[in-house]
Amino acid sequence: MMDWIREFMGMLWKTVSDQPDAKSGFLALIPETWRQGISAVLSIAPLMMIFPALFALTTVVERKGLGRIQNRLGPNRVGPAGFLQFAADGLKTLTKEDIVPRAADQFVHFIAPLALVIPVFLTFSVLPFGKHLVPLNLESGLLFFFAIGAATELSVFMAGWASRNKYSLLGALRAVAQMVSYEIPLILSALSVVMVTGTLSLPQIVEAQGAGNGEWLSRWHVFTPWGFFGFALFLVAACAEANRSPFDLPEGESEIIAGYYLEYSGFKFALFFLGEYLGLFAASGLGITLFLGGWHAPFPILERWIPSYIWFFAKLGTLIGLFIWIRGTLPRVRMDQLMNLAWKFMLPLALLNLIAAALWHFLPNAFARWTVTSLLLVSGYVGLGRALMPSSRIGKRVYRYAA
Amino acid sequence: MNELTIILGILVIASAVAAVTLRNLVHCALCLMATFLGLAGMYLCLDAQFVGLVQILVYVGAVGILLVFAILLTRGGGKELSPFFSSTWAVGAGLAGLIALIFITAILRTNALPPLLTDPSLPSLLQIGKRLMEQDVIVLEAMGLLLTAAAVGAIVLAMPEPSPKAEEEA
Repeated sequence: MMDWIREFMGMLWKTVSDQPDAKSGFLALIPETWRQGISAVLSIAPLMMIFPALFALTTVVERKGLGRIQNRLGPNRVGPAGFLQFAADGLKTLTKEDIVPRAADQFVHFIAPLALVIPVFLTFSVLPFGKHLVPLNLESGLLFFFAIGAATELSVFMAGWASRNKYSLLGALRAVAQMVSYEIPLILSALSVVMVTGTLSLPQIVEAQGAGNGEWLSRWHVFTPWGFFGFALFLVAACAEANRSPFDLPEGESEIIAGYYLEYSGFKFALFFLGEYLGLFAASGLGITLFLGGWHAPFPILERWIPSYIWFFAKLGTLIGLFIWIRGTLPRVRMDQLMNLAWKFMLPLALLNLIAAALWHFLPNAFARWTVTSLLLVSGYVGLGRALMPSSRIGKRVYRYAA
Repeated sequence: MNELTIILGILVIASAVAAVTLRNLVHCALCLMATFLGLAGMYLCLDAQFVGLVQILVYVGAVGILLVFAILLTRGGGKELSPFFSSTWAVGAGLAGLIALIFITAILRTNALPPLLTDPSLPSLLQIGKRLMEQDVIVLEAMGLLLTAAAVGAIVLAMPEPSPKAEEEA
């Protein structure tokens, strides 16, 4: 028994102190037949604990943050400064009555939230959270992420259709159209990274962003012209994929009440809420992995003192903060603006970004790379933006005063 | 043949049967997607990672959504179809049996089948990519051209037709 406790503690310590093969000592104590299963549980359990906890924390921080932005207090009754609000919310959703409309398709209505949460949890399994913290090291990890992510669209449709409510169906169709449209710039911007690193494996993509020998700055992809513009495209597309403001038309309260989860109550509603936030975390995690250097510190000297996973979660926290800020700042876009942005602006620019990444790969020296790709991308952005702007409609602002 | 393959096989067959027999078109589409997912699982069990993941990405993510949209835009989705067996079911069953018979005899007789895969080194992602980009690049380009043509065609179809009034003015 003492062996087990010692090895378990050793495993925790190895994980916290960023050492390789944290599980091997503990797994050696377990009989052969169980080893694989226990190993999987040991990889999955932290994911199932940490990310829902992060979700709970984010709901409070988001409501507090939005409150600050809108000049009010936000939640301030439960716990110190309202920070235990998530516990109250969780208990409330658990104890609430689960109402299913009589006309609803019972089975599909029941299975839709599960069909959202399960794929979203699966996407976390390929993200490298730290130097040795990769739950599943797949050769085609990026493909896995996008394949599983595409399956969530189905759940949205199932929820909207099975509710037998016209607002639900409208919301679901809006959401699916939006997700299908924004998946293209999302995948194309990720593809530029694949072109330069030459691999679909996420841990290898992170490896490629470490500093070389004697360099003081890491080689994060966001520090290159194509990486910078690619990251911008990726963030916008990820925001739209997660149905977050300013792209929250699928749930537009003022028009279609709450969209596809209108007819969900109690814990099923909480599952949708959880799935949506976890999807945002996963997309941010992928953005960090592809463009922000994964678990690498910006300056390699810092990596010696601060463990790798802290860098990952610091970046994740920053991105979540950015998304909250965006939500508090930008108004919701219109449907035509949404589609125009995806197909007329982001898609051509994502293709241009691919060309820039290819040029970056083939041009001989650093000076040529920087000038050519920056010129190409900046002129593309400015030119396309100018061309698409409805210039005729924007005149000088006229002020009218009551006489 | 392990337990997982058997479970997946049952899932694939059951959902495929349900996709044909259920009376609600949307249910059929959802069952079909369960079949696709089961097949993807089978590919993954056989260590064909790339094929399995592309199966999910293309069939569940794209074809499935397209199917569902087509159903909703054409028949309303909620309507129940009345007859369970079509009137010509005997002909259909006979034809299906005949084709199955031909296939089975052809497959059993052929000696062109390669011996069962004994080489454990399955093609890696890199090899698939190299093959597509070097040896089969013409085929790949031709497919790309075809898809582009299809996309252009779809845009042309979806473009608003000029109203007769505008044409007169022009």
